[in-house]
Amino acid sequence: MGTLVEEIIGRKIGQKVAPGEIHLVELDYMMTHDNTTPLAIKAFREIAKPIRDKSKIVIHFDHAYPSPSLAAASAQKGIIDFMKEQEIENFFHQGICHQVMIEEGFVTPGSIIIGGDSHTNTLGALGCLGIGFGSSEIGAAWITGCTWLRVPETIRINITGKLSRFVSAKDVILHIIGKLSSNGARGKCVEFGGSLIRDLPIHERIVFPNMSTELGAKCGLIETDEALEQFLTNETRASGPFETFVAVNPEYEQVIEIDASRLEPQIACHPKVDHVVPVSEVTHLPIDQVFIGTCTNGRFEDLQIAAELLRGRQVNRFTRTIITPASKNIYQRAINEGLIKTFLDAGCDIGIPGCGACIGRHGGLLGPGERALTTMNRNFTGRMGSPEAEIYLASPAVAAATAIVGKIADPRDIDTNQGA
Amino acid sequence: MGRVWKFGDDINTDLIIPARFNQTTDSEALAKAAFCEHRPEFAEQVSSGDFIVAGSNFGCGSSREHAVIAIKAAGISAIIADSYARIFHRNAINIGLPVIESREVFESCNDGDSLEVDLEGGLITHLVDGREFKIKPLPPFLMKIISAGGLVNFLKNHEISELM
Repeated sequence: MGTLVEEIIGRKIGQKVAPGEIHLVELDYMMTHDNTTPLAIKAFREIAKPIRDKSKIVIHFDHAYPSPSLAAASAQKGIIDFMKEQEIENFFHQGICHQVMIEEGFVTPGSIIIGGDSHTNTLGALGCLGIGFGSSEIGAAWITGCTWLRVPETIRINITGKLSRFVSAKDVILHIIGKLSSNGARGKCVEFGGSLIRDLPIHERIVFPNMSTELGAKCGLIETDEALEQFLTNETRASGPFETFVAVNPEYEQVIEIDASRLEPQIACHPKVDHVVPVSEVTHLPIDQVFIGTCTNGRFEDLQIAAELLRGRQVNRFTRTIITPASKNIYQRAINEGLIKTFLDAGCDIGIPGCGACIGRHGGLLGPGERALTTMNRNFTGRMGSPEAEIYLASPAVAAATAIVGKIADPRDIDTNQGA
Repeated sequence: MGRVWKFGDDINTDLIIPARFNQTTDSEALAKAAFCEHRPEFAEQVSSGDFIVAGSNFGCGSSREHAVIAIKAAGISAIIADSYARIFHRNAINIGLPVIESREVFESCNDGDSLEVDLEGGLITHLVDGREFKIKPLPPFLMKIISAGGLVNFLKNHEISELM
């Protein structure tokens, strides 16, 4: 009974729960990556008690892998030594942690996963309660197997309408963040529903819980359905039967209705993720770097849209265009289906699957005075290198159009004005 | 008593410590990088016992615990903000860094003012004009973590179920 988050926590502990209550909850998995594992190991060593169940520990190398610096290399060696010593088996360097968690079948409806990464919310698209945590608490959970959770209030967002060509989930979530602000769901659960969400394929649904983080949300959730079951069965290693989760007589703190039918492509302007404008307001801005990738928009279908626009065209010669598939699986499929050839022919550079340029550690840093348009989820000052660089956020279609024009561009103009 | 370092709204984790400084777990090295781009003078001039006073959504962005460690190791003895991002707030408590919520203090303080914070007595005193502000207490189970000096210290001597 209740909202989705109440359903998930309630079923896990075997009693009805309500917002504001604090419960000790058993965890299905605890995830960290190369950036957050070292401090988890430090906490684990200081507490100095044994790991409760090592099969619940999942470690990814994705933030700066392969190491771009001596410091990163030595931190990663420390993690590898720890994994050998503790015989940790769930170790991946297959791409971005959230994407790989899904592909490898760790993420199933009703599971509770804490991750040493703020975008762990991503997993909520699969009916899993994914929540971002700091490292010490994850190191502690390796020992205890559980954590305390405050049941959050829920904001329900119902989205209706049909999206125009080259308008995608990314444009809708940017629009929502612009309306609600980066503080709009601080500490709350955001439930995404309505006919538009139901009609979207899973790879696009994922964008909503992923960027619920940018609303300040503790978690973002979507109800389970047949499409999700098909996705889990066909595109991940998870095996059913899968539980179903829908809100039952929910009491929401707030219900927001969004009609996305007339939405045009949206841009979040530097340096505020909630400073969102229609693309037509910023098409004059020259762009030095386009980056397509990340846990928000580095999936196969995102690359497909970019390839559709870039096929037979050239990117602007002064607009460095970097395409970084979210995982090795996606990379492999993009090679097999000719997308990588399309990108190379168009003059793009291909990054190693992982977080890449998104956190300013490697794979496309920005110099002072440079301006990037990216498919990332965050545009904080200094995030991609120089604090004197600017970051604009958009969809893969806008990013590909921008790469061609060399200024922020509307993909609908590319499509109608030129034939490839 | 300590000096007030005043910040605005939405101070994110990249402003607190950019990702390229997150390759170490050494507290002192992290402290040196605190606010290095946003307020380059901070790391050099901050003294032990100083306070950060900030607006809403302090610490938004990444889950990186390096941000709270850098602030604590720099000498900050408490943060007083209108509100905090969820993970940052939890991280601060987990390492035993007091995080106090107060819109009033944010509105009443200027950068460079002096404050006295009495956590046990639940009182903040503005040492320039003598005004006093009551502190909203944290829930008892969180106070258990803070009193132990953080989650790691708590778990050395207790089971997690003892929090409840």
